[in-house]
Amino acid sequence: MSLLEIKDVSKRFGGLSALSNVSYFVDKGEILGLIGPNGAGKTTLFNVVNGFYPPTKGEVFFKKEKISHLKPHQICKLGIGRTFQVVRPLRRMTALDNVIASSFLHTKDKVKAEEIALEALRFTGLYEDRNVLSKGLPLGKRKKLEITRALATQPELLLLDESFAGLNPSEQNELIDIIRQIRAKGITIMVIEHHMKVIMSLSDRVVVLNYGEKIAEGTPKEIGSNPLVIEAYLGEAESA
Amino acid sequence: MKKSLPILILLILLAVLPHIGVSSYIMHILVLVIIYSMIGMAWNLLGGFCGQVSFGHAAYFGVGAYTAGILYSKLGLSAWWGLPLSIIVVTALSLLIGSICLRLRGPYFALGTLAMGEVLRVTAENLVKFTGGDVGILLRERTWVGKTWYYYIILLLAIGTYLLVKKVIESKLGYYFVAIREDQDAAESMGIDTTLYKTIALCLSGAITGMAGAFYTNYMGYIDPKVVFNLHDISIVTIMVVMVGGVATYWGPTIGAIIMVFLAEIIRSNPGLGAAHQTLFGILLIFIIIFLPNGIVGDFPKLRRLLRLGGTPT
Repeated sequence: MSLLEIKDVSKRFGGLSALSNVSYFVDKGEILGLIGPNGAGKTTLFNVVNGFYPPTKGEVFFKKEKISHLKPHQICKLGIGRTFQVVRPLRRMTALDNVIASSFLHTKDKVKAEEIALEALRFTGLYEDRNVLSKGLPLGKRKKLEITRALATQPELLLLDESFAGLNPSEQNELIDIIRQIRAKGITIMVIEHHMKVIMSLSDRVVVLNYGEKIAEGTPKEIGSNPLVIEAYLGEAESA
Repeated sequence: MKKSLPILILLILLAVLPHIGVSSYIMHILVLVIIYSMIGMAWNLLGGFCGQVSFGHAAYFGVGAYTAGILYSKLGLSAWWGLPLSIIVVTALSLLIGSICLRLRGPYFALGTLAMGEVLRVTAENLVKFTGGDVGILLRERTWVGKTWYYYIILLLAIGTYLLVKKVIESKLGYYFVAIREDQDAAESMGIDTTLYKTIALCLSGAITGMAGAFYTNYMGYIDPKVVFNLHDISIVTIMVVMVGGVATYWGPTIGAIIMVFLAEIIRSNPGLGAAHQTLFGILLIFIIIFLPNGIVGDFPKLRRLLRLGGTPT
């Protein structure tokens, strides 16, 4: 059953077409990898799904409900959590308070909100750092904090925007484990990633964007041997 | 228990203060301190915790003051009815101002509120039929001659404000306010309706400021637009009270109010300096921003360290 449906979505910024006619499904329980060269429109797509940008054309459905006219906080309340590519911790709040602010979404009771937050922090392994001001956390932990915060809103679908960028290999492996555990909890995940190793080992399916268009979709294996994908990436390498 | 003891002593001290032969002048200064500390706490809720810096709190103060004044001058009611009524009137005003200014972010919001305060002052000056214009509104008799009861009333209002702010900040609202201050987009994607919660912060802040204004009318017995909508004496001094005392702290506005009011009195009563008091306030503000950006309460450990180093160089 499809949890999220992106239907014919286009997004223009003035004359620039960031997304054109992108359509695909995210099925319940899967990890979907979203890849593509820099500037392909991956984050723009997240911003459309998450409600920061209304699509210029097309619609987004979540659990059969049209969400493409809603605001980000309404979409979050329906069950879509997200992280940001450039981490956005609430700097002058402790890690715990960051997560509590987000766990208040489904409860008014502070004790309960704190329970949810502490559980989420234990889950992602930030429990020991809970009383550190988030601006003092190293990047790897801030990335985890983003995920923890999104988890505390108790989402059904989690959008992870380059959570692996800037992490060292051991942190990456740790995060792969965490993401697998999140999926084991029954949360569907859509992940933007540049690290091929991560995408190939995590994703059930992969969607490839290039210049705002979907150029391929399939299992990691299929994607790895798709000539269009190879061209898109090699083209990027040549121009770099 | 240990923690509540100093507060208990402070409360008893404040309660007996009018009965130990304090002069009427000092009582007046105290009432002013409490008024500013109340407006400061209100401003802090919106500016300090929720991060929406307002340069126009005179708008709420003035409208609160005029609510009380007009009840008296036009309807012949006691100006004290202005206290409860100002909550309704100023909340409505806050919703209006919020619907315009809260679309703006950061410095643009500050400028928007600054404009609002000035617009209301000019309006009050020109709506002569309603407000009496520059002539102002005079209460022919004040309720009490002495200051004692006024002191108790504003003290109660300020204590109420303190408790309200503390309760709000320690609840879900408080977390949401601070989240919005730290990063509005992140807050939005955490499921926080930023427009709604900013509006709540503005209404709370405005309503408290308006009540202080309504009290002011009763206390002074005379208001005019240049006084209660004053950009410097209300809007800016309120910000300074919070900046000096400590942004986003519970006691900051009170400490700031004590310092600012006494400082203003000292400077004004010195004939050589009197005219320069705004200049001196400006210099003080620059000093605070550079050396104690979190104010006296917020930077207390730093302040103590600085003073100790300065006092006994070891």
